[in-house]
Amino acid sequence: MTELKVVANATCTFCGCVCDDIELTVEGDHITKAKNACVLGKAWFLNHHVEPGPSARIRGKEVSLEEAMDEAARILTDAKFPIVYGLSDTTCEAQRVAVAIADWVGACIDTTTSVCHGPSGMAFQGVGEVTCSLGEVKNRADLVIFWGCNPAESHPRHWTRYSTMPKGLFVPRGRKDRTVVLVDVRKTKSAPAADIFLQIRPRMDFEVLWVLRALVKGLKLDPADLADTGVSLQQLEDLAGKMKSCKFGVLFFGMGLSMTRGKHLNVEAALALTRDLNDFTRFYAAPMRGHGNVTGADNVVSWQTGYPFGVHLGKGFPRFNPGEFTTTDTLARKEADAAMIIASDPMGNFSQAARDHLGTIPYIALDPKETATTAAATVAFTTATYGINVPGTVYRMDDVPIPLRAAFDSPHPSDELVLRGIEKRVRALQRASAAAR
Amino acid sequence: MTLLKISGGKVVDPVHGIKGEVLDLWIRDGVIIAKPANPEETPDKVIDASGRLIMAGGVDMHCHIAGPKVNLARKMRPEDKRNARPVQRTLLTRSGTGGSVPSTFATGYLYAGLGYTTAFDAAVPPLGARHAHEELQDTPLLDKGFYVLMGNNHYALKQIAANEPGRLRDFTAWLLQASKGYAIKLVNPGGVEVWKSGGGNIHELDEQVGHFSCTPRQIIQGLAQTAMDLELPHPVHVHCNNLGLPGNWRTTLATMEALEGRRAHLTHVQFHSYGGEPDRQDLFSSKTLELAEYVNDHPNLTVDVGQVLFGNTTSMTGDGPLGYYLHKVTGGKWTNADTEMEAGCGIVPVTYREKSFVNALQWAIGLEWYLLVKDPWRVAMSTDHPNGGSFLAYPQIIQLLMDRNCRREVLKRVNPRVLERSQLWDLDREYSLEEIAIITRAGPARCLGLKNKGHLGPGADADITIYNESADIRAMFEMPWKVIKDGVVVVDQGEIREAEGGRTYYVHPEFDSAGVNDIQKWFESFYTIQFANYPVGEEYLAGGGVRSSCGSRS
Repeated sequence: MTELKVVANATCTFCGCVCDDIELTVEGDHITKAKNACVLGKAWFLNHHVEPGPSARIRGKEVSLEEAMDEAARILTDAKFPIVYGLSDTTCEAQRVAVAIADWVGACIDTTTSVCHGPSGMAFQGVGEVTCSLGEVKNRADLVIFWGCNPAESHPRHWTRYSTMPKGLFVPRGRKDRTVVLVDVRKTKSAPAADIFLQIRPRMDFEVLWVLRALVKGLKLDPADLADTGVSLQQLEDLAGKMKSCKFGVLFFGMGLSMTRGKHLNVEAALALTRDLNDFTRFYAAPMRGHGNVTGADNVVSWQTGYPFGVHLGKGFPRFNPGEFTTTDTLARKEADAAMIIASDPMGNFSQAARDHLGTIPYIALDPKETATTAAATVAFTTATYGINVPGTVYRMDDVPIPLRAAFDSPHPSDELVLRGIEKRVRALQRASAAAR
Repeated sequence: MTLLKISGGKVVDPVHGIKGEVLDLWIRDGVIIAKPANPEETPDKVIDASGRLIMAGGVDMHCHIAGPKVNLARKMRPEDKRNARPVQRTLLTRSGTGGSVPSTFATGYLYAGLGYTTAFDAAVPPLGARHAHEELQDTPLLDKGFYVLMGNNHYALKQIAANEPGRLRDFTAWLLQASKGYAIKLVNPGGVEVWKSGGGNIHELDEQVGHFSCTPRQIIQGLAQTAMDLELPHPVHVHCNNLGLPGNWRTTLATMEALEGRRAHLTHVQFHSYGGEPDRQDLFSSKTLELAEYVNDHPNLTVDVGQVLFGNTTSMTGDGPLGYYLHKVTGGKWTNADTEMEAGCGIVPVTYREKSFVNALQWAIGLEWYLLVKDPWRVAMSTDHPNGGSFLAYPQIIQLLMDRNCRREVLKRVNPRVLERSQLWDLDREYSLEEIAIITRAGPARCLGLKNKGHLGPGADADITIYNESADIRAMFEMPWKVIKDGVVVVDQGEIREAEGGRTYYVHPEFDSAGVNDIQKWFESFYTIQFANYPVGEEYLAGGGVRSSCGSRS
């Protein structure tokens, strides 16, 4: 008979909401119930199965963990331009070791931030950001704007836990005390839940945000200036008025801003607009981060190197330059001559040029599941899943660190354990080579 | 059991009244011991420190080096790092970035390179405590810890308003345990909550804090008393209201008076000693003398300075409305990050210019504080790193304190109006090496209740800095000859020899667990994480952690 176990206060790492109120029922090596989880969270927990294959393979052939770690260390230390990429779906404990390895071997360290909210990070460097933890939104927000994101499908519990539904200290009636606005280029499943939906033309985000800035500052505009935006001056005047007169406003923005025409300029406009509004009221902005611990990756890479992503360590110290040191670029330009991919699937979602090059260089992959990336890896590790088999730390989209509780043990090692093994070997090889010189 | 002897150095150890006598130091397993009674016992290693000067490792009691706001500043300021010398990776050490907000490993190496072996971050919101601890684990070679932001905590304010000192005490103890913090920190008590509740600030000690029926005065008194009742090793650590505003010296004086004899540490007092009126820059003046005299007469008070140095740096503070104010002054980028139920945060790049009357006067006021507080045990060296400047400027400040001609040279260069509004030119006092040792290690260690730090007597941690004696004071303090942490040479003539080590200090005050139900009920109504997921576990403590005792209670 399988033993029944209940894990309370478990944390779901499927998306950036990082809900930590999940109650898991565990039967052996299966989760049979995930109380409080959303449809995505339920799929994450209930469909979880342990990969039956070996924990370590070299060129598809089963090997011991030690052999695989030896080979991984050799590949990384032999390389002239190694890259380390991924990191957004593993613990901070593992991320810290991954950055260490990148440092020791002089790699480019980059995370999936570079293909989602990297431009938001760059905008942050230009403008700063007036932001807050999600509990501030829950307790105070009376105007909530979602821009270029679709929380109904991507972050299903964002509304109920944090932003629109919950009853808070100064919004005791919850949703009734709030105005919810959605701005997007198409009518998504999030639209029916909003009080106001503004459908703007694709690629006009910057223009609309800039008009709002002007309106907030009290400038008079000609309605003709908005001809191409898909919205009228009156609609934006109304929104600007609501933004200035609310008690606590917040603008959540998604990849509809950060990854469409204008990229970091779009986000700079959003950050500048929300900053300006603080001359009238309190107004905040926050990115809707996707992966469970992409925010942790930003934090770890920042505290260890000083920069959030796209960091080159090949000269013996950190240098930051998105576009130059970001992974899609170092691969597509055929610069990288070895790679280590952690908890990410570039072979599944990168450009053809990047994938083509990755296929020609030796690389190491760590992932709990078989993916296009692990299948073609020189050294592949099947690892235990964070938040299901592995405890540790993840950062919610608002930078709040949250602990993970393991539901059951995996036969596979954690990312952290594998990475520590590789780090130890890399350092031993480097010391030996220094001694030989 | 390794036995280390440091022979022939001139020892400066103010705790034991040693003022440069040539003495041998004996160290066993990382702890200073008396000379072994058995003459047969020979050391495993001898460091010949003849002709060199020995002090305990430096102790920085107020800096910002780890946690949410520090990392936001790193993310916001790539230009700051591009202009600074990077920290190169070696076979032993990690690479990093410098500037006003160095990366974590770099922070550890740079402090150690400066002869500092202990540093405390001064402002961590408890919800971000886990983050601060993670960074401290990656900040090597230092013993460290942090103070927990409480002056705008909703539960604390509620208990203060309800006059429930028992509940306030239990909550404080619970919060310090949950966050694994070291001391209570007040930042602009009540003012940050007003800023978070629609904007604005608080300017008077008896103004009501928005929707809470309490005042800054009550917050200051309540938490100062709580720190004493819990017998915390460090008293309440106060960043007063009205930081940076002309005329704020009245608030600072009123805060000192409001303490009514309770122990307290007033931090970065330089920023709180301004005469004049809020909207009249022409009236801006120094009020250090008035405040320092009050401190001189009230032994319940200690201060650190928050010295300003000329150049570019990053202002980072738990004082959210201050961040907005500075943004309005500079017109540049600004980060504000508010934490639910607990705290605020503001980050703004700033430049202090010699030719600016305000900046030059700030510089002078800082030095006045060091020179006008008579008892060096009650004034600690700080730049409020990085707010007034980097901790790397400490040697420069030491030089200014030990050499009046040096500071007069600067006074000749800076905005001339400073001479009218400050008395710095006329202050002849020059610090002795003993006094420097007091304000940089012995005093802060005592103020923090770190019994094994800041001195070189038997039982002390063998955190030792050996300097090359030199007439060039600044050069001497910028590059110690050797730095020893827990009995191991970690820095040798500027080179890191050991790259690991250092522990996190925290307190664990006892409390009545009957109060937890009420805390939990409140917590579950307003927070967005689970009550059970809030406390930070021991696995987050660097080096396994050191639990500092709270009086007789633990």
